[in-house]
Amino acid sequence: MVFETVCRIIAERIECDPESITRESTFRDLGIDSLDTVDLMMNLDDELGLELELDEKLETVGDLVDFIESKQE
Amino acid sequence: MEKKIRRVVVTGIGAVTPIGLTADETWSAMLEGKNGIAPITLFDTSEFKTKLAAEVKGFEPRNYMEKAEILKTDRYAIFGIAASQEAVDDSGIMGTVDPERFAVYFGSGIGGISSFETEHTKLMQRGPKRVSPYFVPELIANMAAGMIAIRFNCQNAALPAVTACASGSNAIGEAIRAIRHGYCDAAITGGCEAAITPTGVAGFVNMQALSVSEDPDAASLPFDKRRAGFVIGEGGAALILEEYEHAKARGAKIYAEAVGYGSTCDAHHITAPDPEAGGASRAMKQALEEAGYTGAETVYVNAHGTGTPLNDKSETKAVKLALGERAKDAYISSTKSMTGHMLGAAGAVEAIACVKALQEGIIPPTINLNEPDEECDLNYCPNTAVKADIELAVSNSLGFGGHNACVAFRKI
Repeated sequence: MVFETVCRIIAERIECDPESITRESTFRDLGIDSLDTVDLMMNLDDELGLELELDEKLETVGDLVDFIESKQE
Repeated sequence: MEKKIRRVVVTGIGAVTPIGLTADETWSAMLEGKNGIAPITLFDTSEFKTKLAAEVKGFEPRNYMEKAEILKTDRYAIFGIAASQEAVDDSGIMGTVDPERFAVYFGSGIGGISSFETEHTKLMQRGPKRVSPYFVPELIANMAAGMIAIRFNCQNAALPAVTACASGSNAIGEAIRAIRHGYCDAAITGGCEAAITPTGVAGFVNMQALSVSEDPDAASLPFDKRRAGFVIGEGGAALILEEYEHAKARGAKIYAEAVGYGSTCDAHHITAPDPEAGGASRAMKQALEEAGYTGAETVYVNAHGTGTPLNDKSETKAVKLALGERAKDAYISSTKSMTGHMLGAAGAVEAIACVKALQEGIIPPTINLNEPDEECDLNYCPNTAVKADIELAVSNSLGFGGHNACVAFRKI
């Protein structure tokens, strides 16, 4: 569920097929820099009704999904 | 570094304006006397005294940038990038100049004011955690220059001119000097602005600078007795300036030679021009002297001509001080009668008007000039374009802060 939302939001931003994004995709390969990651988190806050604050460097989409799920618990 | 004075030519042009989405469209519209002024659509003006502006219409950022880049770029910088892309494509310069010798001089009067408003609203409504990480890069007035440098790999100086309504002309003038004196071989130069926003319009209207007319054909009235303020415009314009031998060696199309630049300050008042026009006339004289003006040439002056009561009167005085007896023979026009006042982009689109006027021997008119003013008694080319084989064209730009810039072009 979180994974699908993350993929959809990334795909809308970089205009790609959400199915082409995997847990192993790195932000670097997706062309997403550290500023973009912060902005992405703000979009996810709105989508998921959370208040997330990035406190660690995330390399992959899987890292981000795990981070969000850990905060949801 | 070479110490001799080098010649500088214009080899590419691009523009996004209220009367056209390319330089060619804008130039054709100028010759037709097309009016770009209409009711403001960018925000609700029901509580505003000013209802009109010269907005860029039908512009599609996606023709120039990917969505991810648009998300982090203010409208002002998008206009600058779009105009630069057109100018670079037009010039064919990419791949012919060493990136370390390729500069950017690109002005903006204000920078990302609409991003400022959006993010400030978020701060007030949702707190500091919701302010975009893109806020600062969207806001700062040098970012158009920075993004243009990234896009075209310009590794020489990348400088903004931030001299209000003189920004575009100051940027072009500084680029002329940099090439002339050997600091770089080519430059992308010009200006961009997008300040038709609630705070932008409210600020200008409260300083009594804006026309409050609701008739688009009686709002921007340069040199007309009825003039009562400028009409705010927006957009971007870019020129590729290049060292002459470099341009010749690669077989570039050459529009005109950039032959002079004057830059002065009134040191008089934060917003009002010096009524004696000392600073403005000195800027013109400097540019004419650098251009080797002999007093015999047929001259076109693209006036700053904002349509404020003070500007047009003191600028008329400046032209008389600079050209002396020949002032009455000069062709003068204010293309702001059509484009509105594009602020930091104004000088750049007006430089393009000068270059095209030299190339084609046609002078764009001052439209809606129907009631002459005894204090503005020169030839302002009212209402219809005029055929004239001009030899020298100068563009005046005068900005809040007392900044005066004048750039001069000749046929090559």
